[in-house]
Amino acid sequence: MNVEAAPPALNARDYKSDVKPVWCPGCGDYSVLSSVTKALAELALPPEDVAVISGIGCSSRIPAYLNTYGFHGVHGRATALATGLKLSRPDLTVLITGGDGDGFSIGGNHFLHACRRNVDMTYIVMDNRVYGMTKGQPSPTTEPDWDSALAPGGTGLRPFNPLVIALASGANFIARTFAGDPNGTARVIAQAIKHPGFSFIEVLSPCITFRPDQREWKTKAHAAPVDATEDIGRAAKRLMTDDGFTTGILYIGDREPFALDDSIVAKGPADIETQFLV
Amino acid sequence: MIHKKDDQNSLSVAITGSGGAGVITAGNMLLEAAARAGLYGLFMRSSGPQIRGGEAAAMIRLATHPLDAPGEIFDILIAIDWHNIDRFAIELPLSPDSLVIADPSQGAVPDVITASGARVVELPLKDMAKATPKVRANMIALGAVASLIGLPGDVVDGILEKVLKKRAADALESSRTGIALGGQAATQFEFTRPLEMPPPSTQKRWMISGNEAAGMGAVRGGVRFVAAYPITPATEVLEWLSPNLKKVGGALVQAEDELASINMIIGASYGGTPSLTATSGPGLALMLESIGLAVASEVPIVIVDVMRGGPSTGIPTKSEQSDLNIAVFGLHGDAPHIVVAPTTVGDCLFTTQWAVHLAEALQVPTIVLSDQLLGQTRATIDEPADPGFVSERSVAAAGIADYHRYALGDGGVSPMAIPGGAGGQYTADGLEHNETGNPSSQVADHISQSDKRSDKISGYDYGDHWAEIEGEGELAVITWGSTTGVTREALKVLAQKGHNVRLIAPRLLAPARPELMAKALKGVSRALVLELSHSAQFYHYLKGYFDLPCPVASYCRSGPLPYRAAELVTRIENWSAS
Amino acid sequence: MSTTIETIEELLAHVQVMEREAYECYLDLAEQMEVHNNHEVAELFNKLAEDEKKHLSYVEKRVGDSDIPHIAPWDLKNFDDSGVNMAGAREVHYMMVPYHALKLALRAEEKAVAFFAGVVSSSNNQDVRKLAAEFEKEEQHHIELINEWLGKVVRPEDDWAEDPDPPVQPT
Repeated sequence: MNVEAAPPALNARDYKSDVKPVWCPGCGDYSVLSSVTKALAELALPPEDVAVISGIGCSSRIPAYLNTYGFHGVHGRATALATGLKLSRPDLTVLITGGDGDGFSIGGNHFLHACRRNVDMTYIVMDNRVYGMTKGQPSPTTEPDWDSALAPGGTGLRPFNPLVIALASGANFIARTFAGDPNGTARVIAQAIKHPGFSFIEVLSPCITFRPDQREWKTKAHAAPVDATEDIGRAAKRLMTDDGFTTGILYIGDREPFALDDSIVAKGPADIETQFLV
Repeated sequence: MIHKKDDQNSLSVAITGSGGAGVITAGNMLLEAAARAGLYGLFMRSSGPQIRGGEAAAMIRLATHPLDAPGEIFDILIAIDWHNIDRFAIELPLSPDSLVIADPSQGAVPDVITASGARVVELPLKDMAKATPKVRANMIALGAVASLIGLPGDVVDGILEKVLKKRAADALESSRTGIALGGQAATQFEFTRPLEMPPPSTQKRWMISGNEAAGMGAVRGGVRFVAAYPITPATEVLEWLSPNLKKVGGALVQAEDELASINMIIGASYGGTPSLTATSGPGLALMLESIGLAVASEVPIVIVDVMRGGPSTGIPTKSEQSDLNIAVFGLHGDAPHIVVAPTTVGDCLFTTQWAVHLAEALQVPTIVLSDQLLGQTRATIDEPADPGFVSERSVAAAGIADYHRYALGDGGVSPMAIPGGAGGQYTADGLEHNETGNPSSQVADHISQSDKRSDKISGYDYGDHWAEIEGEGELAVITWGSTTGVTREALKVLAQKGHNVRLIAPRLLAPARPELMAKALKGVSRALVLELSHSAQFYHYLKGYFDLPCPVASYCRSGPLPYRAAELVTRIENWSAS
Repeated sequence: MSTTIETIEELLAHVQVMEREAYECYLDLAEQMEVHNNHEVAELFNKLAEDEKKHLSYVEKRVGDSDIPHIAPWDLKNFDDSGVNMAGAREVHYMMVPYHALKLALRAEEKAVAFFAGVVSSSNNQDVRKLAAEFEKEEQHHIELINEWLGKVVRPEDDWAEDPDPPVQPT
């Protein structure tokens, strides 16, 4: 039990904006929104010092539902936008939110490089193994036999394994949670924010409308039987042989986060002009 | 031998060679030595596709007045060898007045050179270099040229010291020897100098390339964050910015691709730091979606496009003016933004600085259309005064109640809250939104926000910088970008012949200013549009978006060869007679 | 760490968090229903929220100025494996009927009862057990009220979730 000197100044609810979410009732993203607000409240981060960056998709609508600064950008590029913001404003807490399509399909390249760069940010992917906003196409994490209009009978493709990719690319904190456990998710988000470097959390967040079969996730999600490992080889083995439903913090790294050598403090240009003088 | 030249008081020299001969180094030194002697100059180069060891030509034009364009004919061509000279023989126009200095050990002078009727003399560069240890042929060539054109010895020596001071001591000595050998040998050649060294002056001058100037303009304007992805011919903008930004408290970060670099600068600008990236046509094409995001979310950014031959991969090392369409029309939706284009190497500094100012003041992406011809040409110019354009972003005060990021009114510019400011929290969005920034698909919101984004840039007073307008005449030539300089030269020649033609070169390409163009064309009965574009992009843009008060004709062609003044003189004369 | 609650302060801290969570959860659900034009169920969730607010106010008055520990949401103790009280409250549907909402509330109350029963059976502190028993009784009363309410509402039809319109693509 955490006994703190004083409770946080703000409630979780104070981090919500007035904008009412339009997600389908039953969507896992409602839990994640709640988890984010709880984590921010527990960390007592002033809302004006937090920026939430997203791409396109149902889960990417989150920034508007929060009382922090936010940027709802274009499809797949949130990690890049967040990188530019965090590098130039290291004083801010930067979160990146989005879905599996936004993050691993069109955003795949930027995901690799965000893990590699290891800038101090937290990336929360709400993985529902479908493109929900565009009415139900397979995503990179969809099971190979899932039937859909664009891929009748299933894609036949092996699903992308984002946690392994994150580990191989250099992410410094890797976790998976289940939206059906909002408090557990909140705890992991708070830890991820506190941990330096690039933190990646895959939240299994069921899509009630296009993946009603994901109701069974509440029985499939299970806590990892062991604590997070700091050994990258052990983590690689665990993540490669993982069943996709193991929740908890799975890997904690100690890479030095990437940041600019000095903060950007604008100085005048006069002394660099002499280089051109004949 | 007296030279018959259209351009008095200037001379052009070419040094060619391959396989590590160092002609570019020699060319650079020549430009700088000439600069110290009080001359203005332009230095262009051409090379083969090899990364190293390829054939190269250093092309230098010198004059007692500022230069904006290459000359017509090379007065001197000194060739260390003739390998693959066919590749750029067309860029080395010669005449019977030209002097070609060839090394007899390199074989017969190619037909493509002798066909010009140029006078050929021999200088055994290779043997001379071999005879003295560590002496290189390019230094002998430089010494020969310097002597022929009358550059004072101490000036050349001063450049050697500057360039070679970091190398081993014998590098300086052997280079001195080379220069002396070349200078001595050149005395045997007859050559009438078209150019006298000017008297000493206190005028401060700079030696700078268009790409460096763009970087310097960005810094002067207040840019302190750059995200970079290399692409020919823009990479030098980024390479210059990397160390120099650091010196002024800024930073450059390399991105994984252009999609990342454009988004990184949007993020940094959203965070309050004026930001910029530089690219070329293919990179700009990739960035378009996100530039639209910056338009919709009203985030200021600057994108420098150093245009090259297109379409697609095109001709990366050569110039063209064929990205006008994509810069002006490339964004999907109605996405008003600003496009500006520098007219000369020195103007790359002014225009980029202005672009930063405009982007920040109007919270809008601004594209700077430079090109390879400007970007990779080094020029000696008068020290540019600082026009004083700096970032003046309207920032929302912290702690205000009921803040609306996209509030209407005030000419369309609404104060921007910067993250960290309490009370200013908003979510920037590519989705259409209402005044608070919340997504909205309502008719009234789309109309009012569209009006806001359009009015703020069309209602702005761009002042006289919108175009260079020079001369009087009932005939006018309308051009833009790098074609401006050579057009200016052509018009000077025409003026000497008694034909007065007005020059109109817009620096502001978008938003279109039809009323300003109409004013510039007052009293003009006919206009000719000049551009380096196969499909006459600028001509069609003018026809489509400007009420042109007089008949307008087009002369255009594709790159990769830049225009020369004589070609334009002929064209304009033919057109005006028709 | 064994799961027991040994101080009044810790118990009150738990109750405060749980009531706040229930209150805010019902508010969120009401909002979701409103946005999806299910006003009947929205009204019901709002009513449930109001009730929780009363409980919350009672607890806060009870706490008064005394120093209770701060408990992070993930540090709430619970005595069975079914998760904290509102965890199942995401199982909603835009076409749900009052019956479903009441069933949801019932499950939440049952969990609350289980929590207090767990405190009663495991705490070594007599005062804590006494207070927990009071809360348990109160929650039992809520269960009775909800069951009564359930008796009055219409059972859902088999096709309660049938929407003839296909999903739309908003963006």
